[in-house]
Amino acid sequence: MSTIIPFGPQHPVLPEPLHLKITLKDEIVTDAIPMLGYVHRGLETLVSIKDLDQMVQVVERVCGICSCIHAHTYCMCVEGILGIEIPKRAEFLRIIWSELHRMHSHLLWLGLLADAFGMESLFMHCWRIRERVMDVMEATAGNRVIISINKVGGVRRDLSPDQLRWIAQVLDELERELDAIKPVLTNDYTVKKRTVGVGVLTKEQAYELGAVGPTLRGSGVAQDVRMTGYGAYKFIDFEPVVEKDGDSYARTMVRFRELYQAIDIVRQLIRKLPDGELSVKVKAAKPEGEIVCRSEQPRGELLYYVKGNGSKFLERVRIRTPTFANVPPLLAMLPGIEMADVPVVALSIDPCISCTER
Amino acid sequence: MGFFTKLLETSRVKSPWIVHFDCGSCNGCDIEILACLTPIYDVERFGILNIGNPKHADILIVSGTVNHRNAKVLRNVYDQMPEPRAVIAIGACGTSGGIFREAYNVVGGVDKVIPVDVYVPGCPAKPEAIIDGVVLALGKLKEQRTAKDTDSLAAELHQAREFYANRADRQVVE
Repeated sequence: MSTIIPFGPQHPVLPEPLHLKITLKDEIVTDAIPMLGYVHRGLETLVSIKDLDQMVQVVERVCGICSCIHAHTYCMCVEGILGIEIPKRAEFLRIIWSELHRMHSHLLWLGLLADAFGMESLFMHCWRIRERVMDVMEATAGNRVIISINKVGGVRRDLSPDQLRWIAQVLDELERELDAIKPVLTNDYTVKKRTVGVGVLTKEQAYELGAVGPTLRGSGVAQDVRMTGYGAYKFIDFEPVVEKDGDSYARTMVRFRELYQAIDIVRQLIRKLPDGELSVKVKAAKPEGEIVCRSEQPRGELLYYVKGNGSKFLERVRIRTPTFANVPPLLAMLPGIEMADVPVVALSIDPCISCTER
Repeated sequence: MGFFTKLLETSRVKSPWIVHFDCGSCNGCDIEILACLTPIYDVERFGILNIGNPKHADILIVSGTVNHRNAKVLRNVYDQMPEPRAVIAIGACGTSGGIFREAYNVVGGVDKVIPVDVYVPGCPAKPEAIIDGVVLALGKLKEQRTAKDTDSLAAELHQAREFYANRADRQVVE
């Protein structure tokens, strides 16, 4: 006999309304059906009311956690249609804030995962460390989560040499703090017991189901959109982080190692930061044409399609977010695991429902 | 007011339990609500606990706009909470619909569906503001209980007793 258990929409481990209908045989999951639409706002249609500058603020609110990267990608699209080349300093500054967002997103997720398998102390430590990144955000951009530094044609704010020195200092401290929690992830019995071998996604499955980001890299496919060298990434040396096993532990380690990678990238950016203007003037822009831009969010590949019709209102903005691509792999991971592991596996793809449903 | 009522009232205000419901928010406010629980802000030292079950909660924290699909879920969560209860709407979206106000699937602020006691503005609201909102809601909790006289309390108790008595009967028959 099988039982159907609703997982969500209001669930203690998820801050967001993800709803899965889980079919159980005894304690083993046999099937999972996602139910979507709890966070759908119809954000893409706002494009007919808000002009192309106001849309920057709207797309930032697709997802509060990686807002900077959404705005960056949208601005890349509009600049691409208009044929604007933004100053090099602006490119670097955008990436600095994007990587800070990646750090705070990964730390936040690591904390939530620890909470999902009942390790409250690790949750608290991750969020304590994360507050350092939030302090940087608040001091440099004026807000903690949605910082709104991108605009069409460049960035709104500059980083002074003093601030850059301070950020470098904070990054050193952050690295020390991460070194301190590393033994917990690599040696602790609790962490390994709950994550190793749970929710396995093979390399072939990951590729065929179209997984993106850390979910894909955790299964051994070295694909990172940052390697295409959009923005200032072409001036930075880095390698995509890859793990082979494809289980929840591998995905955890990919994100943990990406924290070090992000610190390294910001250090390189600060070292190579050129002087110059912050933005170019964009006057009465009326884009015509269409474009597709991709970027790498903390959760994976983000795709924007923008179409302009020769007025200051865009005709269409289509957003394809990483969690949307990662839902089919999640459904492939769930059958065969125990009910108690469902929260851990569901979290291991780092679901962002607000992104998915917009 | 009897001794036990007084004790209940004091303890409720000393240690309010909160339940958080994300109602179409962009996550900005949600992570700030969670940040309140973590070492820097640490509301647990005041006895404020975040729990998953609305039946155990005194305060409902709602972030984000209400849309046509989750209005029913929100109403359901609210109805499950025992009285006295307080509702806090977090962020620009929770108070009025915010930037999404004109989107087609958005009903508006939280107050379109359930009564709201405290509004916390901001996009996203800062943890300090959210803590302040919870403190304001505590005042509302206290007011709600003192507004009820002992007669209505006795009536409630009687009702509850009857309910459980009937249920016990049914079980015996089965």
